[in-house]
Amino acid sequence: MQEVRTILLSKSVFEDNDREADVLRERLREKGVCLVNVMSSPGSGKTTLLVSLIRRLSERYRVGVMEADIDSDVDAVTVARETGCRSVQLHTDGMCHLDAGMTEQGLRELGDGLDIIFLENVGNLVCPAEYDTGANFNVVILSVPEGTDKPLKYPLVFENSDLVIVSKIDALPYFDFDIEECKSYVGKRNGAVEVIPVSAKTGENMEALENWFINKLN
Amino acid sequence: MHELGIIVKVLDEVDEVAAEYKAQKILKVTMEVGEVSTIVPDLFTDAFDWAKKKTRFAQDAELEMIIIEGRTYCENCGETYRTTEHGKKCPYCGSHETYLLTGDQVIIKDIAAVFDDEGQPSINE
Repeated sequence: MQEVRTILLSKSVFEDNDREADVLRERLREKGVCLVNVMSSPGSGKTTLLVSLIRRLSERYRVGVMEADIDSDVDAVTVARETGCRSVQLHTDGMCHLDAGMTEQGLRELGDGLDIIFLENVGNLVCPAEYDTGANFNVVILSVPEGTDKPLKYPLVFENSDLVIVSKIDALPYFDFDIEECKSYVGKRNGAVEVIPVSAKTGENMEALENWFINKLN
Repeated sequence: MHELGIIVKVLDEVDEVAAEYKAQKILKVTMEVGEVSTIVPDLFTDAFDWAKKKTRFAQDAELEMIIIEGRTYCENCGETYRTTEHGKKCPYCGSHETYLLTGDQVIIKDIAAVFDDEGQPSINE
């Protein structure tokens, strides 16, 4: 004889990951390590911007970087070559985001003795926003060619962020990108977040960005 | 795109539960999916039907989704409103001092499974 029964679960899909992320964040805090999760679309200039920022921060701090990609290690190699900082490549094996478990693995590989670690998430504005990596700060990069309306189209990633960097402002003359309008869209999603426009290529306003991190680390 | 990643997690979870409860097979997985959770229901079903073939207990299971309306609360005037219509701005007073009450959840509610009530060892291939 067979019968059909119902098993109640009532379990959030993100529950395990959220718990792991909280544990990881607490442990990083105790160790005095600041983990920064960097999210953006593909081609926003994440790697170029990180290279420029890490060069500046390396004068004061011990910086490490974790590059997440579905496959390949071009970013980790580039960042290590250009900045000389410690870097590891994380492969998500086809997944479109990083979770706390993968982040923890990467941190182990990277080793101790670092002050600030940048985690370059998979280039995507949807999925990484859903998964807490355990980072102390979430940063979104939005590049000028992508357009002003991204905060309206991908609200979650902007809601969960501590800083929005508008990158490639050297391209402003060629695009219809209005920084004030962009700031107001971001503000609608997240009133507390700071917006810093920069160009990693020309170095414009990179000092303000550097100072944001110095303030957070002190 | 991340519907598949989530579904794989869901199927791992329900497979584990089915094994733990010594079920023979899963007939149905019921989930609560918030309107503003970023899950696209059609893609979720497609991902489920593709990924279930690789499971031990859920190969013939169906996915039922209960869509939960997104509701936002306004701290300024105390009203609640439908999130998908008005977003972050309260339609009653225009304030942005609002937060989401419900509608971003992705929850495995329950599973319906076949059990052998004679307590005989279940047959699993």
